[in-house]
Amino acid sequence: MIPELGHFALALAIAFALAQAVIPLWGAHRGDVRLMQAAPALALGQALALSVSFGCLIYASVMDDFTVLNVAENSHTLKPLLYKITGAWGSHEGSILFWCLILGLCGAAVALFSAPLPASLRARVLGVLALSAFGFELFTLIESNPFARIWPAPDNGRDMNPLLQDPGLAFHPPILYSGYVGMAIPFAFAIAALLEGRIDAAWGRWVRPWTLAAWCCLTGGIALGSWWSYYVLGWGGFWFWDPVENASLLPWLTATALLHSAIVVEKREALKIWTVLLAIGAFAFSLSGTFLVRSGILNSVHSFANDPARGVFILGLLGLLIGGSLLLFAIRAPLLGASGVFAAVSREGALVMNNILLCSITAVVLTGTMYPLFADLLLSQKISVGPPFYNATVLPLAAPVFVAMAVGPLMSWKRTALMPALLKLWWVALIAAIVGIVATFGMNALPALFMAAAAWMILGAFADIIERIRLFRIPLASSLSRLVSLPLQAFGTTLGHAGLGVTVAGIAGMSMAVQEVVLVKPGATVHLAGYDWTLQELHDAAGPNYNARVATIAVRRDGRLITTLAPERRAFTTQTMTTTEAKIHTNLTRDLYAVLGEERDGAAVLRLHDNTMAPLIWLGALVMAAGGACSLADRRLRVAAPKRAAKSDALLAGRT
Amino acid sequence: MMRAILLVLLLLARPAWAISDPAEALPDPAAEARAVEIGSQLRCLVCQNESIEDSGADLARDLRHIVREHVAKGETDAQITAWMVARYGDFVLLRPKVTWGTALLWASPVLALLVAGGLALGLRRRSPPAAPLSAEEQQRLARLMES
Amino acid sequence: MNRRLLLAAPFGVALLGGGAFYAMLRGLQTGSFDPRGVPSQLIGKPLPEFQLPGFSRADVLARKRPVIINFFASWCVPCVDEAPTLMALHQRGVPIWGIAYKDKPAATQGFLARHGNPFTNLASDEPGLVAIDWGVTGVPETYLIDAQGIVQWRFVGPLPDAAVDGLSKLVAS
Repeated sequence: MIPELGHFALALAIAFALAQAVIPLWGAHRGDVRLMQAAPALALGQALALSVSFGCLIYASVMDDFTVLNVAENSHTLKPLLYKITGAWGSHEGSILFWCLILGLCGAAVALFSAPLPASLRARVLGVLALSAFGFELFTLIESNPFARIWPAPDNGRDMNPLLQDPGLAFHPPILYSGYVGMAIPFAFAIAALLEGRIDAAWGRWVRPWTLAAWCCLTGGIALGSWWSYYVLGWGGFWFWDPVENASLLPWLTATALLHSAIVVEKREALKIWTVLLAIGAFAFSLSGTFLVRSGILNSVHSFANDPARGVFILGLLGLLIGGSLLLFAIRAPLLGASGVFAAVSREGALVMNNILLCSITAVVLTGTMYPLFADLLLSQKISVGPPFYNATVLPLAAPVFVAMAVGPLMSWKRTALMPALLKLWWVALIAAIVGIVATFGMNALPALFMAAAAWMILGAFADIIERIRLFRIPLASSLSRLVSLPLQAFGTTLGHAGLGVTVAGIAGMSMAVQEVVLVKPGATVHLAGYDWTLQELHDAAGPNYNARVATIAVRRDGRLITTLAPERRAFTTQTMTTTEAKIHTNLTRDLYAVLGEERDGAAVLRLHDNTMAPLIWLGALVMAAGGACSLADRRLRVAAPKRAAKSDALLAGRT
Repeated sequence: MMRAILLVLLLLARPAWAISDPAEALPDPAAEARAVEIGSQLRCLVCQNESIEDSGADLARDLRHIVREHVAKGETDAQITAWMVARYGDFVLLRPKVTWGTALLWASPVLALLVAGGLALGLRRRSPPAAPLSAEEQQRLARLMES
Repeated sequence: MNRRLLLAAPFGVALLGGGAFYAMLRGLQTGSFDPRGVPSQLIGKPLPEFQLPGFSRADVLARKRPVIINFFASWCVPCVDEAPTLMALHQRGVPIWGIAYKDKPAATQGFLARHGNPFTNLASDEPGLVAIDWGVTGVPETYLIDAQGIVQWRFVGPLPDAAVDGLSKLVAS
C-alpha cells in the first residue's frame, strides 16, 4: 500500500511539474500575471509530492518490504537501520528519485526566496526548473521505477554493497547531489535571461548566491568522496583521476569559473554572454556527470546501458535539455551583447584570466576523460589516459591560477596598474620563497614549489584583508574597527582562496608520506617514521551483518602511547565480500594510518602509513566551503534588493 | 554519481587489496622505488583506471612481480614498458604515447589556452569604445551621489 | 556573421558529442563498441614460446592443423556457463586444447568430471605466467590457432552457443 502511495505521489509530482513548466512560461510569454503567479505554489506542490514519494521509499526500506524489487535487491533484514535509510538513495532507482527530490526542493527554495524578482523572470526560472524536473521524473516513472513490485517476494534481500555501508558514504550523495542539482538554478536563470532577452547587474546579483550555495555543496561532496576513498579503499590514495571523479570535477571547475564571471556581470555588466554559457555548461556537466557516467560508456560493467531503453532515454533527455538550451543560446545570446569596457590589467582582466585558465583546465580534463572513448570509436585505438597524463597537463595550467589568485583581489576595477598590486605582496612573496626553500630539505623540488605556492595563496588571500584594514599603517584600534565593519563577502573570498592553498599544501605534503608493508606476529614492533607500531593482538568480532578480524596496534613515540589503532577486515555474509577498514589517527597535521591484510601462520600483514599533512587536503576543502558559506551570509548577497535599486548600485559601482 | 563511484569500487573490490605481501618488495630500496615508479605507470588490466601498484587483483600482483624481476635483471624502464606493451598493447600505458592518434590529446592544454585566450582577445578588440555617460545617466548619477 | 557563428559553436559541439555518444551506446548494445576490452596483441602473430606440464608450443605446431586453445579454471564461474558450448564443439570433432589457469590439478580434474571434458589435451599454468605472455586478462579466454601456428582469433569471456557453427567450419577448413 505504502509503495503504491509513493508511486502515486511520483505521478502527482510529474503532473505538478508539467503544470509548473507550462503555465508560468506561457504566462510570461503572454504577459499574464495570474498565470505567472501560479508558479511558486506549483513548485511547492511538486516538492511536497516528491518528499512524500521518497518518504514512502524510505519506509519500504526500513520496514524490509521485500515485495518491492528495489528493496529486495539492495537491503537485508540484518542491515543496520542507518543504512536502511541511506540505502534509499544508495540504489540506482532510489538515487534517481532522490535526484528528482533535490531538484524539486531547489524549485521550492527558489519559489520561497524569489519574491523580489520581477514577475516574468521568476515565472520563467521556475518554469525552466520544472521543465527539467519533468523530464527526469518521467524517466524515473517509466524506466527506473523504484516502487516496482516482485511476486513472490524473496525471504530476504540481497543486501547492499558492503563498501557503501559506511557513514562517510551514507552522507556523501545528499551533499554531492545538492551540488550537482543546485547547478540547475543558475541554469534556469540563464535560460530565463535568454527567454527575456536581457541581462543586467541585478541578474548577476541574484544568480550568484544560488551558484555559491551549489558550489559549496559540490566542494563538500567532492571532498567527502575523496576522503572516503582515502580511508575505505585502504591504500592512502585520495584522487585517482578516474572518469567518475573527473565527472564531478568538471562541473566544479565550470561553477568556479561561473562564480567569478558572475561577479563581473554584477559589478560591471560585462561578460554577460560568457556567464550565461558557463551557467549552461555547469549544469550540462552536472547532468553528464550524474547520468552519462552510468550509461555504461565510461563504466561499462555495472550499468543500465545493458537495458538499452534506459541509456537511450537518458541520452535523449540530455540531448533535449543541453542541446535545446545551447540552441536557444545560439539564437538569443546576440541580444544580450553590449558589455562594459575594461582594460586588460584590471580586476575584470584578472577575472577573465581566471576564466581562461579554469576553462582550459576543464577542457583538458574533459579531453582526457573522453579521449579513450573517441579514439576507440573513431580510430579504433585502445589507449588509457591515467594520472601521469593529468599530472603532466593540469599542473602547469593550475600553477598560474595559484599565482594569480593572490594578485587578483588586490587589483581595482576597470583599469589599474599591475605593479602596485604586486608591491603590496612583497612580504607574501618573501615568506613563500622561504617556505619553498625550507621545504626542499624535506621533499623533492616539485612538491616544494607547490608548498611555496600554497604559502603564497594562503598569505596572499589574507593580504587583501590586511590591505583593506590598513594594518600597521594606522593605529591598531582603527584597523580592528575597520576589520569588524568589513563585509562578510571579503572574508568569504579570503577563506575560499586560502582554502585552496591549504589543500595544495596538503597534496604537496603528501609527497613526504611514508608507508611500509610488514608481516608481523602479535607482540612484534615495527619502527616507521619515528613511531613504534606494536601489534598487540588479533581477535574476531561479530558485526550486525558481518564477521570481523580486528588487529590492535599500539602506536608509541619515545615510549609514550600516542594512540591505539584497530583496523579490521570484514567478511560480509550475504554479499560474500571482504572489505578492509583502515583506521586513522589524525592530529590535523599528519595521519597515522593502519590497514590489516591477510594472515599467515599466526602472523598478519599490516600496511602502515605516516601521511604527513594529509588532513590538510580535506581541511582546505572545508575552509573553501566555509568561505562560500561566509559570502552567502553577507547581507548584501542575501537580501535580493529590489531591481531598480540594484541596478543603480551597479551603475554606481561601474561608473565611478 | 555515488552509484557511479560504487561501480568503480565494485570493480576495485577484491578479497585481497593492494596490500598483499611484504616479501613482494625488492630488497634494494632504490630498485624497489624504481619498480614502483614503473608499475604506477602501468594499468591494471582487470580494474578501472588503477595502476598495478595500487590494485589488489591477482593479475596485478603477478605483473608487479614481473616488473620487479625485470628491474632486478637490470633492464631499463623502456625495456620493461615495451615488454608489457608487447603483451597488452598501448592500453596498458597510463601515460599515453605521443603519436598522431594522441596528438590532439597531448596538445589539448596548449590548444585550450590558445582558443580561450584568442577568444578573450578577439572579443575584447571588437567591443565598442567606452560610451560617455548620457545626459540622463549623469543626472541619475548626480541624484544617487546626493542621496 | 562571425559572432553568430561563434555563439552557435557550443550547440554544434554538443550536437557532435551527442551523436558520438549515441554511436557508442548503440555500439555497446550490438557489441561493436567495448570500452573495457583489451585487444589481443597476438592476432596475426605466431604463438609465443611456452612449455607447460601437459603440452608446449612445439606440440601445437606439430599438429599442423588448426586448433582451439581455451584458458579456463575450476574457480571461474563463467567457465561453468561455457562448458556446454565447449562440449558441443568437442562433439562436432573440433580439437580444443585446454590450459588450466592458476588452478590446482586436482581441482581441475574435479571441474572436468563435473562439467564434462571437452579437451583433447590439457596443460596446467598454475603460476599464470604463460597466460601473461599470451596477454590473457581473465578466464575464460579462447584462441584460434591456424595450421601454421599463427593466432587468428581471440574471444574474451564464455563462448556463445552461436560461435559453435562458425568455429567448427573454420577449424574443419
